[in-house]
Amino acid sequence: MSRLLSGDLPRSRALAVLLALLLVGLAAAPFLFPGTRSLNVAAKIAVFVLLAASYDLLLGYAGIVSFAHTMFFGIGGYGVAIAMARLGSGWGALAAGCLAALALSLAVALAIGLLSLRVRAIFFSMITLAVASFFQILASQLSGVTGGEDGMNVRLPEPLGSKLVAYYLVFAAALALFLVLLRVVNSPFGRVLLAIRENEFRAEAVGYRLVNYRTAANCLAAAAATAAGILYAIWLRYTGPQATLSFDIMVDLLLMVVIGGMGTMYGAAVGATVFVVAQSYLRDGMKALSGALAGVPLLPELFHPDRWLLWLGVLFVLSVYFFPFGIVGQLRARAARAGA
Amino acid sequence: MPEPMLALSGVNTRIAQYHILQGVDFEVPRGGLTMLLGRNGAGKTTCLRTIMGLWRASSGRVLCDRAEIQDLKTPDIARLGVAYVPENMGIFAGLTVRENVLLAARAGDPEAKRLDWIFGLFPALKQFWHGLAGNLSGGQKQMLAVARAIVEPRKLLLVDEPTKGLAPAIVGSMIEAFRELKRTETTILVVEQNFHFARSLGDTVAVMDSGRIVHTGAMAALAADAALQQRLLGLSLDSHQ
Amino acid sequence: MSARADWIPVALVPALALVALPFIPSGATWLTLTVAGLAMGMMIFMMAAGLTLVFGLMDVLNFAHGIFISFGAYAAASVLTRMSARLQEASLASDLSAMAPAVLAAIGLAALLGLFFERVIIRPVYGEHLKQILVTMGGLIVFEQLILVVWGPDMIPLPRPGAISGSFIVGDAAIERYRVLAVVVGVVVFVAMWLLLNRTRIGLLVRAGVENPEMVESLGYRIRRLFVGVFVAGSGLAGLGGAMWAMYQEQVNAQIGMQVLVVIFIVVIIGGLGSVGGCFVGAMLVGLLANYTGYLAPKLALGSNILLMVLVLLWRPRGLYPVGRA
Repeated sequence: MSRLLSGDLPRSRALAVLLALLLVGLAAAPFLFPGTRSLNVAAKIAVFVLLAASYDLLLGYAGIVSFAHTMFFGIGGYGVAIAMARLGSGWGALAAGCLAALALSLAVALAIGLLSLRVRAIFFSMITLAVASFFQILASQLSGVTGGEDGMNVRLPEPLGSKLVAYYLVFAAALALFLVLLRVVNSPFGRVLLAIRENEFRAEAVGYRLVNYRTAANCLAAAAATAAGILYAIWLRYTGPQATLSFDIMVDLLLMVVIGGMGTMYGAAVGATVFVVAQSYLRDGMKALSGALAGVPLLPELFHPDRWLLWLGVLFVLSVYFFPFGIVGQLRARAARAGA
Repeated sequence: MPEPMLALSGVNTRIAQYHILQGVDFEVPRGGLTMLLGRNGAGKTTCLRTIMGLWRASSGRVLCDRAEIQDLKTPDIARLGVAYVPENMGIFAGLTVRENVLLAARAGDPEAKRLDWIFGLFPALKQFWHGLAGNLSGGQKQMLAVARAIVEPRKLLLVDEPTKGLAPAIVGSMIEAFRELKRTETTILVVEQNFHFARSLGDTVAVMDSGRIVHTGAMAALAADAALQQRLLGLSLDSHQ
Repeated sequence: MSARADWIPVALVPALALVALPFIPSGATWLTLTVAGLAMGMMIFMMAAGLTLVFGLMDVLNFAHGIFISFGAYAAASVLTRMSARLQEASLASDLSAMAPAVLAAIGLAALLGLFFERVIIRPVYGEHLKQILVTMGGLIVFEQLILVVWGPDMIPLPRPGAISGSFIVGDAAIERYRVLAVVVGVVVFVAMWLLLNRTRIGLLVRAGVENPEMVESLGYRIRRLFVGVFVAGSGLAGLGGAMWAMYQEQVNAQIGMQVLVVIFIVVIIGGLGSVGGCFVGAMLVGLLANYTGYLAPKLALGSNILLMVLVLLWRPRGLYPVGRA
């Protein structure tokens, strides 16, 4: 087990239980939670766990705040969609789409890495915001190729027509890639990333070329995000600017990774799960609460189901101040105290 | 004997995981010029910055004219009458020479007499009064930095390596300027590597090594004792700069 | 504003206008577009100036800056809706008597928000850039939701002041009165800022503080108070920009802050982080370009400012007027 997790154990019974539950829940979802809605939620969780993990690599391990991450997510989705639309719906077309998407993502990630990582962090973040915005505009303007605002449907090869098969493909791929990311962050490469994040000057003094490591991290994260995009497109059988490129998704990712716990990988998994579940089911709870508060000024508005992002945002801000290592950090700290 | 203007006792300063000042004790007599000498990395700049409140002492006391200042914030320390000329001079390159000096004159426009005195010490400043400070030469920038520190009367002047990187001719004018300054009531504490400069101007001397004071005394005594110089500073009288 | 002899970036503004001239068939259209571009640029400048100054002085990047714009816009909307009766009387005096309190409300609310933000949200994370980015992003999310709570999700139309609507006719061109007003207000604001920064002691402190805050403290000034003041002023200015933008668009919606945020970032990057003058030039360029491309090549319009940013960065990697940190 330890080898499978690359030596990165949960280090907290509570966390281990949570993760085990998550794994079992996702693995047996079609049987445990029958129904299209729950299966949708499960698939979405799988995809976003991978996406959030890729973002954690960037944010939590390499210390890079990029707002362009959804771009890679979108490239994955559009790569598959465009390939399937142009090259027929066979496995070859799917493979071609995946490869093209990965190639494009890596090229863009390389460009961003080499050009922008030489500048100050704040400059970089602002530029990624502009780049992401540009991409979104591109996707919605080139409607001939990308279907514009409406997006594109994705035609899939025969076996993937069954939701069950598609689900297990998504689940298995997401799990495998998550474990790969876990490997990466626990390798010497990952340790250097952490060292750079801790103390840039020292790392540079010791001889590590920061730009190379950061660019590599950027590329790896981009590749993983692209894969997530491919999986999402396969599941939804659709891709579009709202589903993949919108800034809302970027914000969601931030929330997931920070609330879950930056720099832990498991945090991304926990955060993504909490987020998607809340997004799908919390609103019902809030609706009830809002109804109960009818008549009171402002309060019903505060708890209106559409305002769930408000509360998550508050949780996010509080996390940054008080729980810098998120849920996972808290659980681990508690376990350490109990153990020690 | 009048009370010292500045007295440090048991001052420790830590930066990140480095313990730089390790129990510094020394006094700066009122009205004179004290030189703080020592090898590179001994902690001299840290000492000045701690006095000025730019870095917090983790323990110990700093007394300035009998007032405890180790817990005060930098602007408040400055308002007590302490002026600081940092190692990199701290010139505002985007402002004119005039604006630099104006900024330093907290009480309003500087007195004409005072300005004339400063121009007497540093004629170049009058010449470039309306020019951008960033366009000055290294030596002129240093003069501006010192001029700023004295545009109003101060109790204590902290100067960090005023001759660093300056040509010998400019060093000469610096020595002259400081001689003039010594005639005022200001107490001056100077960190220096240039022993010639130090010897010409210092009344008292303190030597630092590895975050501690290893010697204090009269400059004349140190200047006369080549063996002591060799031991403390690794140099002798003739091999300076 | 510290680069005195460097006029090349400033010259780019009229240069751009002249370059567009041959492409636009009618001189009248060119004039209309140019005025529209300048007006847009002025409003963007007002919205962006606070951000760049705060960054230059305090090394703080407030991603939530858009909130000041949004709240300013909404405050103006609320006041104007309440005063819509006055706006029907088509006299300049009654129009201004309705717009003035709207604008003041916008500035006031935005400034108060700024005070809250500086104290509660940003102060705990001074110097930690990563946390700052995250926290201000979080603040953006939360406050954007709060707008929805207070004002609801629907778009609120703004009543147009009677005397200010309509256009001046100059030859063949119709120049909207409101745009002229925006340009006038923008110029007044810019001149006021310039005077404040270059002719007053406070301005001196700000300019020095942008270069070397530590030295300013060593000279005896409590720069923290200056920071707060600049932050609040920048927020208020953003509120003013938001109010004017809302009146220009004749509506407010909850995304107003986010929509302009990207443009503002681009302007700030083009101008150079910390330079008010650069921000002004950048805003003018962006405004003009948006209007010219909107007419000549609409598909290109949305992405045009990003292309502009890339070009500028290739020429001057730190923006038009980079402000040095000692």
